[in-house]
Amino acid sequence: MDYSFVFLILLLPALTFVVLGLAGMKMSHKVAGLIGTTSLGIVTVLSYYTAFCYFTAGRGADGTFATLVPYNFTWLPLGALNFDLGILLDPISVMMLIVISTVSLMVHIYSFGYMHGEKGFQRYYAFLSLFTMSMLGLVVATNIFQMYLFWELVGVSSYLLIGFYYPLHAAVAASKKAFIVTRFADMFFLIGILLFGYYTNSFSFSFAGDIVMGNGAAPFIPVDVVKAVAAGGFIIPTALVLMFIGGAGKSAMFPLHIWLPDAMEGPTPVSALIHAATMVVAGVFQIARMFPLWIEYAPEQMSIVVYVGVFTAFYAAAVACAQSDIKRVLAFSTISQIAFMMVALGVCLPGHEAVLDNHAQLGYMASMFHLFTHAMFKACLFLGAGCIIHAVHSNEMSAMGGLRKYMPVTHITFLISCLAISGIPPFSGFFSKDEIITACFAYSPVVGWIMTGIAAMTAFYMFRLYYGIFWGTENKELHAHHTPHEAPLTMTVPLIILSVITITCGWAVNFGSFVSASGQDYQIHLDTQVAVTSCVIAVISIALATYIYKGEKQPVADMLYRRFPKLHRAAYKRFYMDEVYMFVTHKIIFRLVSTPIAWFDRHVVDGTFDFLAWGANEGGESMRGWQSGDVRHYAVWFLSGAVALTLVLLCI
Amino acid sequence: MSILSLFVVIPVLMLLGLWLSRNLNQVRGVMVAGSTCLLLLSVWLTVTFVQMRGAGNTDAMLFTYSVPWFKPLNIAYSVGVDGISVVMLLLSSIIVFTGTFASWQLKPMTKEYFLWFTLLSTGVYGFFISIDLFTMFVFYEVALIPMYLLIGVWGSGNKEYAAMKLTLMLMGGSALLILGILGIYFFSGADTMNVLEIAAKHNIPVEVQKVFFPFIFIGFGVLGALFPFHTWSPDGHASAPTAVSMLHAGVLMKLGGYGCFRVAMFLLPEAARELSWIFLILTTISVVYGALSACVQTDLKYINAYSSVSHCGLVLFALLMMTRTACTGAILQMLSHGLMTALFFALIGMIYGRTHTRDIRKLGGLMKIMPFLSVGYVIAGLANLGLPGFSGFIAEMTIFVGSFENADTFHRTATIIACTSIVVTAVYILRVVGKILFQKVADPHYETLTDATWDERFSVCCLIFSVAGFGLAPLWASNVIGDAVGPILQNIL
Repeated sequence: MDYSFVFLILLLPALTFVVLGLAGMKMSHKVAGLIGTTSLGIVTVLSYYTAFCYFTAGRGADGTFATLVPYNFTWLPLGALNFDLGILLDPISVMMLIVISTVSLMVHIYSFGYMHGEKGFQRYYAFLSLFTMSMLGLVVATNIFQMYLFWELVGVSSYLLIGFYYPLHAAVAASKKAFIVTRFADMFFLIGILLFGYYTNSFSFSFAGDIVMGNGAAPFIPVDVVKAVAAGGFIIPTALVLMFIGGAGKSAMFPLHIWLPDAMEGPTPVSALIHAATMVVAGVFQIARMFPLWIEYAPEQMSIVVYVGVFTAFYAAAVACAQSDIKRVLAFSTISQIAFMMVALGVCLPGHEAVLDNHAQLGYMASMFHLFTHAMFKACLFLGAGCIIHAVHSNEMSAMGGLRKYMPVTHITFLISCLAISGIPPFSGFFSKDEIITACFAYSPVVGWIMTGIAAMTAFYMFRLYYGIFWGTENKELHAHHTPHEAPLTMTVPLIILSVITITCGWAVNFGSFVSASGQDYQIHLDTQVAVTSCVIAVISIALATYIYKGEKQPVADMLYRRFPKLHRAAYKRFYMDEVYMFVTHKIIFRLVSTPIAWFDRHVVDGTFDFLAWGANEGGESMRGWQSGDVRHYAVWFLSGAVALTLVLLCI
Repeated sequence: MSILSLFVVIPVLMLLGLWLSRNLNQVRGVMVAGSTCLLLLSVWLTVTFVQMRGAGNTDAMLFTYSVPWFKPLNIAYSVGVDGISVVMLLLSSIIVFTGTFASWQLKPMTKEYFLWFTLLSTGVYGFFISIDLFTMFVFYEVALIPMYLLIGVWGSGNKEYAAMKLTLMLMGGSALLILGILGIYFFSGADTMNVLEIAAKHNIPVEVQKVFFPFIFIGFGVLGALFPFHTWSPDGHASAPTAVSMLHAGVLMKLGGYGCFRVAMFLLPEAARELSWIFLILTTISVVYGALSACVQTDLKYINAYSSVSHCGLVLFALLMMTRTACTGAILQMLSHGLMTALFFALIGMIYGRTHTRDIRKLGGLMKIMPFLSVGYVIAGLANLGLPGFSGFIAEMTIFVGSFENADTFHRTATIIACTSIVVTAVYILRVVGKILFQKVADPHYETLTDATWDERFSVCCLIFSVAGFGLAPLWASNVIGDAVGPILQNIL
């Protein structure tokens, strides 16, 4: 099979960005939107075609799909190393192509309606193309440096899109925060890359697809690790953990999560695409990509991923229960769900064996599976939230309530996605989350139960959100001058498509046949015990949410709120994490580091030079009197000098 | 007569033309014609150079030519270029060309302004082509002196003070330089001033080298904004007129890094190896200190001046890492910083020309009023913070990878400290972009301001094109520079 056409997948959105960026302002909204959407449509078709060819090409002798590199060229030589750009096709990158192109296309179509008549419509589509190109480039990277390059580019597209409404202070602050926090994490990523590159003499993912498999088979990772091992066994684990910090920044893991809720200041379709479905899972993807190295060289350090993931999942779920802005609730739910994927990757190694058995690789598959299903239902939720915001012109739940009558399509698709994220069969989220929890139980029962508990919280806050929007008291006052209405077709069609995917993708195909840790065909078996337990718990949580939030009045919620005002306030304020950050950045870095340095520079360093100049000047001034121009003065000096010199000469 | 002499002859002809010209149009005509010739010449030179290297010509310098100038001291007018000088000449031509358009509207005394401007560029071109120590020094001085008048007469703000300070500090550096040059000349046998010949002899005793290395390194380092000799930079840049800031930050500061590499490290290799740690500490401080200082400045030009301290610090930092990759990165960073800073100063000048303030607290919402300039500013900012696709990224990555090749703790620590600057850079760039371009229009008077004129647009577009060009296709530049860096480093290692 010839995959030489795949460069178009990257080139088309790049060209679209350039065309819309340069000539966009001269175009009408419609033309600009059509150019963007058409080009993305072609990209989607190509991605699906690639996936089709790739997965139907059959498996090799060892039962895995071939890892293909249709393109790879040296972009920048770096001494002994090379900075290559290329395209790598393996099961996870092909799967990501599908996810990105699908969600991006949906968002392109949706934005026709959502952004209708907005100033800067062309700019919006240009940035969407830029983002899509960068994200696609990230997933098909052939080496870690290429990943870093596109990693930065997705960061900047995210910056530009969060700050899309640039006249608003909040949007500007949020975009700045997002960029700086992720940049901070990227610094660790970069150092990790440097460390890794130096000791392995390669940035390449040549190990992609090679995961140690079988019973005690010899490890066979073709990376030159002689230098790394000679320098000490800690090198590769350190590099991997540093890269993980970078990934944690992008994937909004605690404590680097603070940018994601604020990023909701961007247009809602952007939140769906970037901050729910694609960019924020880059960290998960990065770990999946480096996975062979993790399990081979850093099995102990994987527990870091687990702990960070578990804590983040819990923290975000707790905060999500108290938020009133619907996009914020979804943002925290995204953080929590990404943490699920992280945990799933981390728990891949029960015990400390270097070899994966069939059971232990469940986590990897589950993580990728959840990435896939989550992208679809979370995009659907965000786009649904967009429709709602479009209808009531507010993000606050207090402006909503009782919307099910006005917006039936949004209501149904939103409900489907809520059921999916809560883990109710037969929706996709059930299958992927169930695999994650099974993997957690295999790792340790404690982690398993904690994750089950967090899954219950997920169901609870999602249905709190659902009832708050579609049931409960209608805000009559607000709806009096502006009756909410269903969104136009351009907006509802993507919702329907995404919810159809959400309904079917859990059971219609066996995900393990496409993506698995070893690359071999992996049959997903539902662990009945876990499945039943988590189902029952999810149903109980939903029932609880129904009991508390469904009615017109909410006595239980009010009672809880009165009983625990401090807890509610702390959760609402995200447990004061933002305040901590503000303190560190503004008070410490700006006031205690930068300002003194600037003062030091002006007054001490520069003062020294000014002092030298002043000294020279004063010295000159003081000697100036000697040049009085008065002949008598000169005569006295001349005579005394002559006498002194004569005396000196005589003495010698 | 070497073709390289054209780089001096053309500016001299331009000076003549300017002197003879009667009105503004003639002045502009001369400037455009001259700077276009120079640009074409350097593009031609680059292409020819790459072809000659491709054809297997491995001489240290190409297009060499030498005429004795002052026999008793063996001073000769010797010229020649290697990969480093070729890209520096290209950089200078781009900046002179765009600088001409950036000062299109400048008044008063346009003719005199361009006379000094051209004289300055004569010095710059002469410096990059010469391979004789003394000739190099002469051109260096030719490049410095016009700065005094350009800032003192056409500057803004506290211009007399700034002009005086800049000139005195740089002259102080020159004083150290001439001592160092004489030291090299006499201790290498006093029979040639030619850089290549001195390097080939390689006969200066190590003790002597250790005495003169600091003279030369600091002498050039002053111009390269080496901490703590960088303080002329904020005041000087803040007061200089637009095109002078461009030329100064874009090219003149590169003379420092170029000199440190070509003279200090090339001719005094053992001393460079032994003393590098002191200067490495200073440059590491430069990198972080400049970036942190930039975070709290309120004047646009001060922010950029401190950012230049940080970025030029990175140039010297990488040179002192003394690996081939790092030094290639240093030269790439010179190229990249030259273009980016010129772009920045051009835009700041254009914004200042309209709003008459550079205080970021008074600016705001410019994106609505002058979209072209603002978009340019965002691009310049993103390039400055090392966004892939622009030249800053490739330079920084080459530097960091190269620095990491030194495996000892000291170099590692320095590298990691320098890495933090990429975060701080993002902080100060985004702070400014967020404050002055976005949000609400800060002052209703700004509503009436106009966007860029054609000459400004042309200048900005050329620079953006260059920055993106080097950033997207870095392979050739990196190869050309890498080939030139190799022989110089061989001397050291």
